[in-house]
Amino acid sequence: MIVELLAQYVMNGLMLGMMYALVAVGFTLFFGVLDVIQFSHGDVLTVGAFTALAAFVGLHTLGLGSRWLDLVVIVLAATLAMALLGMVIARYFIMPLRAAPALNTLLITLMLGTVLREAVRLFYPEGANPKPFPALLPRDAVALGAFNLRLDNVLMLAAGAGVIVGLQFVLSRTRLGLAIRAVAQDEETARTMGINFTAIVLITFAIGSAMAAFAGVMNGLYYNEINFGIGLYLGVVGFSAAIIGGLGSVYGAILGGFLFAGLQTVGAVLLPFASAYKDVFAFAVVIAIMAWRPTGLIREKISERV
Amino acid sequence: MIRSMRIATLALAALVAAFAAAPAGAKDTVKVGFIGPLTGGNSANGLGGRNAADLAVRLRNADPKAKYHYDLVVLDDECKPNVAVAVATKMAAEDDIIAGATHYCSVTAIATVDTYHKFGFPVIVWGAVLPDVTYRNKYPEIHRVNGTMINQNEANAELISKLGYKTVAVIHDTTDYGKGHNEYFSKALAHIGTAKIVGTFGVTADQQDFTAELTQIKALHPDVIYFGGLTPLGVRIRQQMDKLGINAVFDGTSGIVSDSYIQALGPLAEGTLAFREGAPVDKLPGGKAFMAQYAEQKYAEPPEAYGPFAYAAMNMILDSIEKVGPDRKKVIADLANVKDRDSIVGKVTFDDHGQNTVPVITDFVVQDGKFIEWGDSEYASGKRKLPGQK
Repeated sequence: MIVELLAQYVMNGLMLGMMYALVAVGFTLFFGVLDVIQFSHGDVLTVGAFTALAAFVGLHTLGLGSRWLDLVVIVLAATLAMALLGMVIARYFIMPLRAAPALNTLLITLMLGTVLREAVRLFYPEGANPKPFPALLPRDAVALGAFNLRLDNVLMLAAGAGVIVGLQFVLSRTRLGLAIRAVAQDEETARTMGINFTAIVLITFAIGSAMAAFAGVMNGLYYNEINFGIGLYLGVVGFSAAIIGGLGSVYGAILGGFLFAGLQTVGAVLLPFASAYKDVFAFAVVIAIMAWRPTGLIREKISERV
Repeated sequence: MIRSMRIATLALAALVAAFAAAPAGAKDTVKVGFIGPLTGGNSANGLGGRNAADLAVRLRNADPKAKYHYDLVVLDDECKPNVAVAVATKMAAEDDIIAGATHYCSVTAIATVDTYHKFGFPVIVWGAVLPDVTYRNKYPEIHRVNGTMINQNEANAELISKLGYKTVAVIHDTTDYGKGHNEYFSKALAHIGTAKIVGTFGVTADQQDFTAELTQIKALHPDVIYFGGLTPLGVRIRQQMDKLGINAVFDGTSGIVSDSYIQALGPLAEGTLAFREGAPVDKLPGGKAFMAQYAEQKYAEPPEAYGPFAYAAMNMILDSIEKVGPDRKKVIADLANVKDRDSIVGKVTFDDHGQNTVPVITDFVVQDGKFIEWGDSEYASGKRKLPGQK
């Protein structure tokens, strides 16, 4: 009985953690190459989720679509569109401000996030209302006592893990990854080595934003509902996760994401005054971790103080 | 840009035409207000209420015996207290708006009572059920046509106990509204004494993930999960109950009685219980006529559960203005003496707090995608069974 419940909590936590980690990785990648915090990252996720929903609605108005085709199309539409949006944000909002104080970048991305969020609210048909998101994954479930193992959760976890492993492979085993790491370590040296700095930055933003879109679709498939505010919360959590993991470290971001989900679950389950304070608890622990290790759990090899 | 210009031109043309068409010695125009959640998760109820209030105004304007021509000013409180105070101030500060039918959400209704009192602006609340809205203070400006959550929670506890359920887990949002539901439901259930509450979980009003709470609840094996909160959260919780394989009765409040609850959930909504003050629309004295007139106006949205209340609230305001003239103080004085006044939601009597004393509560269950009166349902007759129903 206890074991089954524990398994259920772990499953819940893993699903949350996977979404947080996917968002956190974006923050950490962007910080790696440009030393900026991209505060509209969460809202890119929202736009991604709504793009997926629009693609789904589009497919059905055209009368096309089976479950798997739908799934492939909405994931592709969301990730590709957000990759493009990420590149546009990097190229036209963040890179021009390279010479300006870091505060300006922070402010402009924060405002851009509000613009994206409000744009979804105002321009998506009835965008202010929560939207039902189609359940495209098989809903089969195995009940192991108190533990309800659902196939869709397993598939989503596997897909999320696949994305993270894929990213890790790109970063560590390919020339592109080498270039990204080189730029992250030292921009000047990377340039003199013949690396096209702008292209690498844009590609990094494309990758990070596509991952946010993926997390957005996952969020929709998991809860079967999206609204224009999802990105705000996921953005804050993803950012915190990236910070406690150690900004600039991909492993740190993943660790941070799962840690945060774990804290929330523990907060909801173990605290005597119950679930209303789980966020208070989770964020308080984040503050404590930051006080203990200001550079995060996994430090960047070359520490840069901002 | 071009489009908005065109719309502006059209509006201007319409305005000119309206003035031109008005005969000499036309009626004075009087402004009345409506506030409700027109955007956000509870907008379905807000828009239904707005349409119903609009219907009351239109019918009055079409009535040749009416002394005034009425203009309806509509504002959106988004179901958020801070927004509500801003729009309430805006409406109350405009001297030529005489009175308003205001608020579906309890959090917004309770947040704005002081504003209305300060400005001496008479309002009739048309949907919020928190008792404190009328009972915390004794403001002559504040009235309410619908009942409070005290009565509906008594009815709720009664039905749950009558059906023989023994254990209940409570989830409520941590706003005044959700806390109120928790308080009155817990009291009522304890008073009857046959069922007990095995766990109480407070959740934030915009929470997305309930798996941690629901897993805990699953371990407690309750017969019933009571939810004190509004539709968006209700939808998420019901959905995630299914994902975790929890087979318990989902027992809601008036906060989830809306078509959007059923639309969002589809077949999962089946067997959900909910309670609301007043009789269902088609059993109201003026219900049939109301629905017919509503349909005639071809509104894009259905009137929803509280539409008739919004209609009744607006109609009472118009009646008072017809009687005493467009003067806020006189309208307040007139509304202070409302006794057995006929309305489509039944006879309305305001007590000394401006609260309509409606004893009727309707028990609902979702059957085949509709909120059906419990007594008429196949669940009551025993043809279908709720989880664990004997």
